[in-house]
Amino acid sequence: MKVLVCVKRVVDYNVRIRVKPDGGGVVTDGVKMAMNPFDEIAVEEALRMREAGHVSEVVAVTIGDKKSQEQLRTALAMGADRAIWVEHEEAIQPLGVARVLKALAEREQPGLVLLGKQAIDDDCGQTAQMLAALWQRPQATYASEVVISGETVRVTREVDAGLEVIDVDLPAVISTDLRLNEPRYVKLPDIMKAKRKPMDSYTLPDLGVELPPLVERLETTPPPARTGGFKVESVEELVATLKEKGLV
Amino acid sequence: MTEAIERDVMEFDVVIVGAGPAGLACAIRCKQQNPELMVCVLEKGSEVGAQVLSGAVIEPSGLDLLFPDWRDDPPAICVPAVKDEFSLLTAKWKLRLFTPPQMNNHGNYIVSLGGLCAWLASRAEDLGVEIYPGFAAAEVLLDESGERVIGIRTGDMGVDAAGLPKDGYTPGIDIHARVTVLAEGCRGSLSKQLISRFKLDEGCEPQTYGIGIKELWQLPEGRVTPGLIQHSVGWPLDSRTYGGSFLYHLDQDRVAVGFVTGLDYSNPYLEPYEVFQQFKNHPKIKPLFEGGEIISSGARAIVEGGLQSLPKLELPGALLIGDSAGMVNVPKIKGTHMAMHAGIMAADRLATSQESTGWDAAWRSSPWADELKQVRNIRPGFRRGLWLGLVNAGIETITFGRLPWTLGHHADHSSLKLAAESDRPEWPKRDLPPRDRLAGVYFAATEHDENQPVHLQVSDTDICITRCREEYGNPCTRFCPANVYEMVEEQGAHRLQINSGNCVHCKTCDIKDPYQIINWVTPEGGSGPNYQGL
Repeated sequence: MKVLVCVKRVVDYNVRIRVKPDGGGVVTDGVKMAMNPFDEIAVEEALRMREAGHVSEVVAVTIGDKKSQEQLRTALAMGADRAIWVEHEEAIQPLGVARVLKALAEREQPGLVLLGKQAIDDDCGQTAQMLAALWQRPQATYASEVVISGETVRVTREVDAGLEVIDVDLPAVISTDLRLNEPRYVKLPDIMKAKRKPMDSYTLPDLGVELPPLVERLETTPPPARTGGFKVESVEELVATLKEKGLV
Repeated sequence: MTEAIERDVMEFDVVIVGAGPAGLACAIRCKQQNPELMVCVLEKGSEVGAQVLSGAVIEPSGLDLLFPDWRDDPPAICVPAVKDEFSLLTAKWKLRLFTPPQMNNHGNYIVSLGGLCAWLASRAEDLGVEIYPGFAAAEVLLDESGERVIGIRTGDMGVDAAGLPKDGYTPGIDIHARVTVLAEGCRGSLSKQLISRFKLDEGCEPQTYGIGIKELWQLPEGRVTPGLIQHSVGWPLDSRTYGGSFLYHLDQDRVAVGFVTGLDYSNPYLEPYEVFQQFKNHPKIKPLFEGGEIISSGARAIVEGGLQSLPKLELPGALLIGDSAGMVNVPKIKGTHMAMHAGIMAADRLATSQESTGWDAAWRSSPWADELKQVRNIRPGFRRGLWLGLVNAGIETITFGRLPWTLGHHADHSSLKLAAESDRPEWPKRDLPPRDRLAGVYFAATEHDENQPVHLQVSDTDICITRCREEYGNPCTRFCPANVYEMVEEQGAHRLQINSGNCVHCKTCDIKDPYQIINWVTPEGGSGPNYQGL
């Protein structure tokens, strides 16, 4: 079985995000970029499935400008067998991603598509669900445990009420949650080997996909600055202050 | 646990430790001169430039040599120098002084050195250099005789705080090379070991350092004068303490501001971080920053010892270049050009023969050694205070350093006076951000996995709570710009708490600790600050 793993290039989680002065998005020039952490978990899970003998090939895919190839190389260095780069310069929205992935799924015929539950830049959390609908295959989102047995896969989902366990038929779409696994450290010799692994590239016309923007972003604003706190001397003063501010 | 581990081994012709200006210039030149050469660069930061911090106004001659057309596609921050200003600050006033000739920056560029390194790294990769950010060179590998360096070992990944392997433990690998180039920057942890083990500093003056703290600011529109370079001496330091500020005006309404304090300061109560913040809040400086915001900030030690403190630059199988050795021209406030030229010169030799022998002599007969020789007495002249230092600097400058003597240094860790003989500085209230060191370190975006061994090894914490507390009042709690060291009182007893997660890898503690019991070692690769545009 083949697994398609989708990764996205995002601003690294350690970076302090700054909004552009004109409100037109966040600053990415000269900012450290990295693979979306939930996608890294997806790559790790695919590799563990291959190591357990359930999967024969792990294919990493991304959509982005030339620099997004760096994240594919990271996936290859972690252990993916090959990569697919879909060239696209502009920002892309979940439905567009899902359309591209559907086109690739039809070409590649994977038994499983794994992706992060959300990207930490736009926090949409929609791509997996949209892909499942377009591809007309089952979905299992927010996975914290995945067990493959034959033609089905048992997925433990993290839901508000606790954990939900479902079985879905393969091929399926699974989105990964934080507790699914802890991604491995990349080994230095594997980074070198990754440079020689195959990377196919497509353009959107190659895949017959068009991506008209469906959502218009009006403005990006930073969160309001935190005003300084102060110390109170006693419980009475605390209660009085809270009352004064209308908080209790 | 290190014994039974099987490690991968990789072989290169040249392995370079540190992707700074020296290491990258060396790697690039190696490949330009001999494309067959297998060259590998290791960098402990999560990406190239993430842990590089400098002013920085640079002389571009090294860049010109490597890429004559570099101006057509310059690095991200690169502003031609337009005007120099040198001032003396008092608590209330700013007096313009004559700009010393060394500080004339005509033809130079204000850059982000981190940005320049990222730019150099991408050029180096195009030439076929293997660059591995996120991998710390943790140990030097010696041959069986223990007399020759044969490469380095990268740090293990996935070790918990107790030193035991976690899930996903990945042992470091051995990188063997015909020659190992140490380009770690100031107070490199491997360079420090090798300088001591191979006695490379025998007969040298002790090395002396400064601590530079820097912030990059985004200011309201129209306030900056791109290309303006401002330096000051004087307040907030007293006249016995060496140091000064820099304020470089960039494009896009950004300024780089920083303060360097000589680590040979004597008052254990001095806080270099507070000195920097006080400078920013000086009545003549503060209006520039009001209403602006900090983009990034950090700190890094700088070598200041000059030629008389420069260790021997070679040992069997390895050589030292750049700040690892101490190649900074202090009166010029520049080391990048020296670092790059040292990298280039070393590479010109390595391209034909991967031998370290002869490198020391070659460098010492180069124009770069002459440059350091000419200014060798200026920095130590400030040991008698700012005024005599300035007079001495004037004399040394007029005579081109030809006077027949060479002034010495004291080791920075031995320069502190006892706390009982020192006064706590009193500072006016200030209101520009950051409020304190913890608020400041947030802008360094520093990150260390909490569950890993503490990389600041204090060999005897009893000294901290007994002798150091009484004699010097625990200066580590003040000289560290990232608030790593804290004395915590619990049930009447004191205890040293090391917040190693805050560390910005500046190395000040390793240098200034009066008992020399702090040893800075590399944390897990990729840990540490993630600077933007410093």
